[in-house]
Amino acid sequence: MARYITQRLVYLVITMFLIATFTFFLMKFLPGTPLSAADRLSEEQQAIVLAKYGLDDPVPVQYFNYMVNLVQGDLGISFQFDNREVTTIILDRIGPSLQIGFQAMIVGTILGMLLGLVSAIYHNGFLDYGSTFTAVLGQSIPSFVFAGILQYFVGVKLGWFPVALWGTWEHTVMPTISLAIFPLAIAARFMRTEMLEVMGSDYITTARAKGVNKFGVVFKHGVRNALIPLVTVLGPLAIGLMTGTLVIENIFAVPGIGEQFVKSINTNDFPIIMGTTLFFAFFFILIVLVIDLLYGVIDPRIRLAEGE
Amino acid sequence: MKKANWLLLVLVLALSMFLAACSGGDDSDTGSDGGDDGGDGGEESSGDSEQVLNLMESAEIPTMDASMATDAVAFQWLGSTTDGLYRLGLDAQPEPAIAEDHEVSEDGLNWTFNLREDATWSNGDPVTANDFVYAWQRAVDPDTGSEYGPYMLGGVIDNATEIADGETPVEELGVEATDDYTLEVTLEKPTPYFESMTAFGTFLPLNQAFVEEAGEDYALEADTLLSNGPFMFTEWNQGEGWTLEKNEDYWDADNVQLEQINVSVVKETSSGVNLYNSGEVDRTGLTAEFVDEYRSSEEFRVEEEPTLFYLKMNQENEILSNVNARKAIQMVIDRQSMVDTILNNGSVPGVGDIPHNFTSHPETEEDFREINGDLVETNKEEAQELWSTAKEELGIEEAEIGYLGGDTETSKNLDAYLKAQLEELEGLTVNVQAVPFQERLDRDTAMDYDLQNSGWGPDYIDPNTFLNMWVTDGANNKTGYSSEEYDSLIEEANDELALEPVERYENFLEAEKILIQDDAVIAPLYQRATAYLWSSSVKDVGVNPMGADFNYKYAYKE
Repeated sequence: MARYITQRLVYLVITMFLIATFTFFLMKFLPGTPLSAADRLSEEQQAIVLAKYGLDDPVPVQYFNYMVNLVQGDLGISFQFDNREVTTIILDRIGPSLQIGFQAMIVGTILGMLLGLVSAIYHNGFLDYGSTFTAVLGQSIPSFVFAGILQYFVGVKLGWFPVALWGTWEHTVMPTISLAIFPLAIAARFMRTEMLEVMGSDYITTARAKGVNKFGVVFKHGVRNALIPLVTVLGPLAIGLMTGTLVIENIFAVPGIGEQFVKSINTNDFPIIMGTTLFFAFFFILIVLVIDLLYGVIDPRIRLAEGE
Repeated sequence: MKKANWLLLVLVLALSMFLAACSGGDDSDTGSDGGDDGGDGGEESSGDSEQVLNLMESAEIPTMDASMATDAVAFQWLGSTTDGLYRLGLDAQPEPAIAEDHEVSEDGLNWTFNLREDATWSNGDPVTANDFVYAWQRAVDPDTGSEYGPYMLGGVIDNATEIADGETPVEELGVEATDDYTLEVTLEKPTPYFESMTAFGTFLPLNQAFVEEAGEDYALEADTLLSNGPFMFTEWNQGEGWTLEKNEDYWDADNVQLEQINVSVVKETSSGVNLYNSGEVDRTGLTAEFVDEYRSSEEFRVEEEPTLFYLKMNQENEILSNVNARKAIQMVIDRQSMVDTILNNGSVPGVGDIPHNFTSHPETEEDFREINGDLVETNKEEAQELWSTAKEELGIEEAEIGYLGGDTETSKNLDAYLKAQLEELEGLTVNVQAVPFQERLDRDTAMDYDLQNSGWGPDYIDPNTFLNMWVTDGANNKTGYSSEEYDSLIEEANDELALEPVERYENFLEAEKILIQDDAVIAPLYQRATAYLWSSSVKDVGVNPMGADFNYKYAYKE
């Protein structure tokens, strides 16, 4: 197990290096300069300011300098926010994004699993249709539409939760719900399909024949086997949430990182582009790793370590 | 074995929950004391009846360092916390701030400002002439990396350009403190609008000792900021918002009634409207789709800005080199229905190269726009005739031109509308290219476009800020336009006539006619306005044509 994890961590470093390299050169193809007043300055004036930030060096030299700093853990200084360190900006802004992301993931998958389970147990019954309908709705309504409706009715009309802004746990409720809808729908659908399949398999019939009661079968044998495909989609789902937060963060005025990522590209804020890309990449790889480890926990057949 | 695995699964889930919780706590200590914060929120909103203004901005403050500021948000809050030599009053005209008055030498080159002796920084230091010398030198010092420093000071303050180019030491800048409260400024050439410039962000003073002590941390947090103006920062959370409180030590504190201004960063207009309707903020901007819903509301207000949008026409293009073709383009566009249906936010049709209500005649006080009137009109038939003439002169039947537009939702709608309008000209095909702002700038610099949807906002209150850019080889001309007559009018206005306000103004009036009417260099589109909902209890917020958009110094709540 330890060996496997070490190996994966080595891959992680290599992947990060490749991503940093590709992003750096791709980024240099962006049109324009990081100057915010480029339309007001003559070309000579622009050149002087760019030189101050080392942007007049040939791209390979810039790349080398960047990588040297990166290895030392220095992500540089933002262009749009003068003198502010990229690391500080990311750390400042990542908290709210992670918080609503995790909350949505947990709420979404747990509720979704329950919903799927109920559907499967009461297959073709009223509850099944009800929860399938909910799942289809959740998957087809874009989260920003749902967020808008939630904000207006629950926030403005009912006044149950703050309309927007950030500060207390109440502020996280509506962004979390809006973001949880999609994973909820996916989890419900997967859970239902898998449960139905599992419940029809021979070993379930055997268990039933041995006298295990219905709920015992469902929870002890059924759920666990149905979880495997669900875990597979959890990874991409978590990544989807990272991009989904962007829209939700804007609607509920959450001071998260999602918006910063897009804005840095539009303003050619090179250090922030690099910083956020690397951060998201790192996060992605980490999630994939965690998912792989989870497989082993859930299904002994895909246990990864050889000698265990 | 089985049990152990389940345990691990639970553990991982628990860990992720823990992560979620601690990341929240990390950021703004919300996780742990959520209940308390709730109480705070209540206090804030109940404080509405007191002098507390709750506002929103659509973007964070990129910097509060006056030398580095380049955008509207930064200038807004610099202007609310810092007084320059002059500041813009409720009538948007310069009024004395740190300077009590000034004298100008006969040649218009030497300005002597007499500073008030009762102005202090929020750390107790007096505001002295040296604070201006330091700030202005810092702004043009190439080591600072300022963009607006060389732009605003260059060509105005003596030696600014040479210093910014690294040819001359900063000490040579034409600004000197003769004593603590006398500031001597030497200009490069007579600049009649210099007084209004001193209210602009780049010209604000800096406390040298404080800035140097804070070093790289200067202006990054509320406590590495200093104020000498009506308000001071007490809290600043990146991405979330900031709080300003009245500066009790402000020299004019008696005239400041607001006790507190809370600003939240809210990017979505719909969220802003919802916050406004739930009473949490006192003002929200409205985009076109909301205007119809609120137009009849008493709280609906439109603020006109002196920002102009127009089509730039690249005269290196064969078709656009023909003046009749350019006139046809000017004339075929129906601007009224464009501002009514596409923009729908109070913007008005553009009819020249100087906005409405921007400058007035030094003697008659008549608005520039009133005097020159509408220099373009919509006349589809005449446009077709001019277009036919142009086609004949060029010897073509059909024409195809590119159109460089923006990639935002509004600009896409606008560009689609303009394409349809332009294609009413027989045989004309317009190819719209929607590109990001940065790319548009690049292609403007390279003159790699035919038609371009472009805009300009003023840097000081004088027609020169709009008209100066179209002189031959002007850095922002980029249309290939070159007219000796136009050049000499502008040059004269900035040189021989600099001290003759009336003749100078006549020159600008004349120049605009040549630019728009005779030579049809650009096709004016619209003058921008923004629609707002303003809580009716808020009074006396000044609206400025440049620098800080709003002046909260005299504002109060009923």
